[in-house]
Amino acid sequence: MPFYLYFLRRLLFVIPTLIGITAAAFFIANAIPSDPINTNLPQSALNNPEMIAAFRERWGLDKPPVERYFTYLSNLVQGDLGTSIKTHKPVADDIRRFLPATAELATYGTLFGIAIGVGFGIISAVWRNSFPDYLVRILSLIGVSFPVFLLALLALQVFYVNLGITAGPGRLGVKLDDPPAVTGWFTVDALLAGQFSVLGDALSHIILPSIILGLYSSGIIARITRSSLLEVLGADYIRTARAKGLSERLVVGRHALRNALIPVVTVIGLSYGNLLSGAVLTESIFAWPGIGRYMFRASTSQDFPAIMGVSILIAAIYVGVNFIVDILYYFLDPRIRLA
Amino acid sequence: MLSRNPLVLIGLLMIIGYVLVSLVSPSIIPRDPMKQDVSNRLKPPSADFSFGTDELGRDIFSRVLVGSRITIPAGVVVVVIGSALGTLVGAVAGYVGGVWDEIIMRVTELFMAFPTIILAMAVTAALGPDIRNAILALVVVWWPSYARLIRGLVLDVKSKEFVEGARSVGAPDFYILFRTVLPNCLSPVVVLATLDIGNAILTFAGLSFLGLGPDPSSPEWGRMVSIGIDFFDQWWMWLYPGMAIALLVMAFNFIGDGVRDILDPRLRK
Repeated sequence: MPFYLYFLRRLLFVIPTLIGITAAAFFIANAIPSDPINTNLPQSALNNPEMIAAFRERWGLDKPPVERYFTYLSNLVQGDLGTSIKTHKPVADDIRRFLPATAELATYGTLFGIAIGVGFGIISAVWRNSFPDYLVRILSLIGVSFPVFLLALLALQVFYVNLGITAGPGRLGVKLDDPPAVTGWFTVDALLAGQFSVLGDALSHIILPSIILGLYSSGIIARITRSSLLEVLGADYIRTARAKGLSERLVVGRHALRNALIPVVTVIGLSYGNLLSGAVLTESIFAWPGIGRYMFRASTSQDFPAIMGVSILIAAIYVGVNFIVDILYYFLDPRIRLA
Repeated sequence: MLSRNPLVLIGLLMIIGYVLVSLVSPSIIPRDPMKQDVSNRLKPPSADFSFGTDELGRDIFSRVLVGSRITIPAGVVVVVIGSALGTLVGAVAGYVGGVWDEIIMRVTELFMAFPTIILAMAVTAALGPDIRNAILALVVVWWPSYARLIRGLVLDVKSKEFVEGARSVGAPDFYILFRTVLPNCLSPVVVLATLDIGNAILTFAGLSFLGLGPDPSSPEWGRMVSIGIDFFDQWWMWLYPGMAIALLVMAFNFIGDGVRDILDPRLRK
């Protein structure tokens, strides 16, 4: 199948899913019997029908749900996610402000998760049923069992409080100014501006939260790498590769690992989406000014435009990452190209 | 099974221990977990207070023990209701087929597109923070994976000869689905549900940690950790309830890992 046909076919599945996501988010935000008036108007205004009516009109709550949905959808297509009830700013602007911090954190977390997870998975599969295998399996089980918030607190206690080798909560030390914004990623922006002291401080701040996020996904990645590699290592062509005298390193590295990576890529894609949501907990502990903290504040104040905006955005990123994974399949799995 | 994989045995023993503690905790706790004693606030672990005391002088050991009566049932209820709902939806989709199957499965996939905690936060925010609402929010998040699993199983079983046989003797669809097809699909669902309780507990604790679960006075483990953060240097306030969650989830994961090895023929020796 030619690439453009494969690409278009996968894209056709994405569009209805994205429209459905907006409908699901809208349904959840509107179908449940709760009233944002209770959390967003002061007590004194709750007995004032004029103020309540004005609030409803201001936020479009006086219109029928179907009309509101289509208005929301047509605004969404133009990049307008509505205005946050809490911050009184456009949700799109808020997201633009907070998303780079979360994306930076989730990306470093994923990179760490891949490095540890794939490495441990290979060790576990190659030395199957031996001490390294048992150790890696137990460690990855522990990794996926610990609540993210507990790991974060333990890491802060040990590496920040006791040993003092990393920075504490926040994105940058209080004495430093943010680097000139280009990407919104402090580590990249500091590097681009040649501000190496800021870069060092930003790295010192991001290392703990990204390792905590990455540890969770590394457990899952290690488990999938192990089972996928074990399956491939039992295949006939691996026996052939060994029979023709190739070194074990070549057998595993060149022949087995590449074929074993297909399910691993899927899990990495899924775990990136999970990291974006796992970041809610990590960000609240590390005072990381990202989308997770924004969502948390929106949730506690029933700020529905913000809740819907973030939910739709994260679900859309999730769908987008899966789309990219599907596209990667095309290059990783020759059966798709030849089909 | 147990002799082949000691982790399964360890996990099983840990869960039995947790369940026993949760059952007998009201009679074995040394102090009233809700009783405030400001003269003993923020005491570190000692012979008097094994796990120390919190900011209101409440005994953390007693609170951790009693907390098992909230977290374990919450996880079980989420999985039981979520799996039952998912089973019903998936079974109907798989058995009826056609347009209904398409519609139901597309809706299911939509729910699966939302990351768990984000969807749960949105639902809890709409319903209001409360233990029942947190459980309801998690049920909303939990059912889709079961619906997808059971639909696949029903599609397979409904083409079997014994189902054809039931149809040929004139059994009604309702009877065929619930008496002939479903009983043959339930074992994988029961296995998945058992192993899923650990995940449900972890997510429930996460919601509570964010303040979207029980009220702050509740001895729920996630909530206790979140309150403990404000007293970060008093590590006992967050470490013990956090470890209670971690060890419980680990026990479920030990069993899950062993069962996965046993059920997956590719991973056998």
